[in-house]
Amino acid sequence: MASDDLWILGIHMTKFGKHPDMDLVDLASEAVLGALSDGGVEMKDMGVIGAGNLMAANAGIGQQLQKQLGQTGIPVYNVANACATGATALRVACMAVKAGETDMGLAFGVEKLSGAGLLSGGNRKSDSGTWEPSGRYGAVAPVDGRIGTEIMPGVFAQIGMEYGHRYGGTSFELFAKISEKNHSHSTLNPLAAYSKKMTLDEIMGDVMIAYPNTRPMCSANCDGAAAAVVVSGSKLKTLSLEQQRRAVKISASILTTDPWEESCQILPDVNTLTRNAATQAYEQAGIGPSDLDLVELHDCFATAELVHYDNLMLCDVGGAVDFFNSGATWRDGSMPVNVSGGLESKGHPIAATGIANVWEVATHLRGEAGDRQIAGARVGMTHVIGLGSACGVHILEKAA
Amino acid sequence: MAKQIPLVDYLELGDDPHLTANECTACGARFFDRRNACASCGKTEFNRVAVSTKGEVRAFTIVAFAAPGIPVPYVAALVDCGGTSVRANLINVEPDPEHVTLGMSVSLATEVVGTDDHGTEAIGFGFEPLGG
Ligand SMILES: [Zn+2]
Repeated sequence: MASDDLWILGIHMTKFGKHPDMDLVDLASEAVLGALSDGGVEMKDMGVIGAGNLMAANAGIGQQLQKQLGQTGIPVYNVANACATGATALRVACMAVKAGETDMGLAFGVEKLSGAGLLSGGNRKSDSGTWEPSGRYGAVAPVDGRIGTEIMPGVFAQIGMEYGHRYGGTSFELFAKISEKNHSHSTLNPLAAYSKKMTLDEIMGDVMIAYPNTRPMCSANCDGAAAAVVVSGSKLKTLSLEQQRRAVKISASILTTDPWEESCQILPDVNTLTRNAATQAYEQAGIGPSDLDLVELHDCFATAELVHYDNLMLCDVGGAVDFFNSGATWRDGSMPVNVSGGLESKGHPIAATGIANVWEVATHLRGEAGDRQIAGARVGMTHVIGLGSACGVHILEKAA
Repeated sequence: MAKQIPLVDYLELGDDPHLTANECTACGARFFDRRNACASCGKTEFNRVAVSTKGEVRAFTIVAFAAPGIPVPYVAALVDCGGTSVRANLINVEPDPEHVTLGMSVSLATEVVGTDDHGTEAIGFGFEPLGG
């Protein structure tokens, strides 16, 4: 291992789902203590903390965690970057280790979302009084629902539909089949919030949220946390052979934002920044898409998964529909995608997601994924996207 | 006729209702909001330009579940108006996938959004199928 390589030394995710008896710090503590124990290290070994939480982003979750697990005085970076918050926290630890500021760093993401309804999209108060233009559009009344939609299921529905308009081949049924795959995968994941198989009829017949996304085609709001310990190659060399054997190499760690495109301020462009992140990640890792054994990508909605096949270059440009229909992305296919069950069934506790997907891939690379193990997995990719937008991509490799 | 005010300041009312955009004089990028600078090239000069009232639906969704107080279902869409993308609802069309299709031709239409305590009507806009 090269001295300036980055490695995951320890990693852990909590069960995703309802945790009514645990607060944010309890959940984060379980993930962090699990990651430290998994890596055979302690809080005092950490030189930096990247702390992710979105819904209470001003509460200093990193320091709250330190108050429970160890106030060692190290720098904490509390980060919030929409659904890319977890990946951003991991990037912080990676950057600090890469820069040589410390040889070991901690990253965690935690969220409590059980019972949360639709995220985003403003409540509409009754329109009365006097029309008064306000904001950057000089609007005299709320525009959500009057000038398009701000709700996530609707935004991502349009993103999938736009792909269909450009390349053809999409349908309500196609998108539902993607969801069917992920719900099927989830039956093997004991940490998933929902692990029930669903038939195509059940998915298409469920409550419509925003056509073509029905409820099971939307990411599941739930509670959860995940944490990782990042170590430098030079430090890892000094650790035990067992720690070296289980360590997972971070071959690429990338974060991008959305570059300006003609329509990007009308409908968020989740494509360009994902393609840019993937391009940079493949280059940094020195591999190509065909080298990947599994991918955990951001299926916040079934309509989103389709476009990311293309954006991550898992298929030819414009070929995502054929690629999916070939069966490639099922767990027994040539490019298994979201064998964890994805956000639609594993769940999407926002800030935890960008580290939980790294845990999923790392667990396969270690050969420790039990019933859902992808046999012989050596290289995997994780992807998250937060609207606004931010995209995090990591490529992970099994220790040689 | 009641006094009227546009729902948003980029909707121009009058005999020929249309949308206007802030167009960057340096690179031509168009924006509907108040600008500090151009997100494409960083320059700070803009011209106010009219946007075509005819367009093509490039993406849509039929929202069936929304925040309290918002009537559903409604059709939200991305409309390509001669190269300028516009966010809008599709109106005067049945909100179902049999009547709303990708690539359909649409044109701008206005509608009353509400009336305030002084009798002033707020006028919003949407796009309706071209040629009925
Ligand atoms: Zn410009």
